Amino acid sequence: MSGQVSGQVPAHGAEDDQDGAPPGREAGLLVYLLLGIALGIVFIKGEVASWFRIQEMFRFQSVFMYGVIGTAVTVGVATTLLMKRRSTRAMRGGPIDWPDAGAARPTTRHMLGGTVFGLGWGLAGACPGPIYALLGSGLPVFGVGLLAAVAGAWMYGWARPHLPH
Amino acid sequence: MIAWLSQPWPWYVTGPLIGLVVPFVYWFGGRKWGVSSSLQHMCAAVAPGRVELFQYDWWKRGSWHLAMALGVVVGGWIAATFLGGADQVVEISAATREDLAALGIRDFVGMVPGDVFSLERILTPATFTLVVVGGFLVGFGARWADGCTSGHAISGLSNLHRSSLVAVIGFFVGGLFSAHVILPWLL
Repeated sequence: MSGQVSGQVPAHGAEDDQDGAPPGREAGLLVYLLLGIALGIVFIKGEVASWFRIQEMFRFQSVFMYGVIGTAVTVGVATTLLMKRRSTRAMRGGPIDWPDAGAARPTTRHMLGGTVFGLGWGLAGACPGPIYALLGSGLPVFGVGLLAAVAGAWMYGWARPHLPH
Repeated sequence: MIAWLSQPWPWYVTGPLIGLVVPFVYWFGGRKWGVSSSLQHMCAAVAPGRVELFQYDWWKRGSWHLAMALGVVVGGWIAATFLGGADQVVEISAATREDLAALGIRDFVGMVPGDVFSLERILTPATFTLVVVGGFLVGFGARWADGCTSGHAISGLSNLHRSSLVAVIGFFVGGLFSAHVILPWLL
């Protein structure tokens, strides 16, 4: 529970400062709400939230999910590189808080945590975003799934001092 | 327009749309996009206890994640109610359909098999394992790995982070084990 462990969670000072800037927190939250709505529609209509698609992906029986992830990453890489090259500033004028080199270094947590996440992804067939979308789509059983995921996050916080990172 | 949107969307539409969220959040908020942080903020808001990880101002740091998460719930509702998402038949490959039918899946209408994912069956071993154990591992693993599919597979790989590549390999190691070892034994 020392500096070494708490060092795993980066400081969020820059982020907090920006939140106070115009156009204001509430207007900002509304945009994130709208972004979430768009994502929820995409997750369902694009079948990313489908347990069937996840099972198909882990059986390598269709290009579908690899196409989704591949094109998403391609667009993400291209736009991120472009923004970095042009030193694009955030809309509110502040600098963009690009993840630092420390975040890019693979450590035990990525391997072990990633594997635990994958075990859950293969069972539930949904990662956190799709869990929210499925709950909204009229499947109350994913309310239980969401509670379980929050409980998992809580247990991680509790166990963190004892886990390798 | 509505009729057009109501068809299942092909992957080459869905993928780029998800990819665009990464630059949008960097531009709009100056920060990295991720979804699973919202789980941690809920812990910090509702039951921080004495856990060091949850001792922070959740509203200041997490309200944007939580607003987005709430939006995803609403978006799921819109897709299901107005865009035909609830009874969308997911056109998985014939091979997958055969495999899943062999495991006893009968209901192929909608996003998930209704014969497994139902609240009434939550206490049966199969449904409990898929929903509760699966959900728990997703939450635990996402925070341990410092990100989920959005934070690592999309945002992290977009930054060309090796840490995210390792995490995604982990996602597949775990997922392959669940799909090929646990599910056949469980269902």
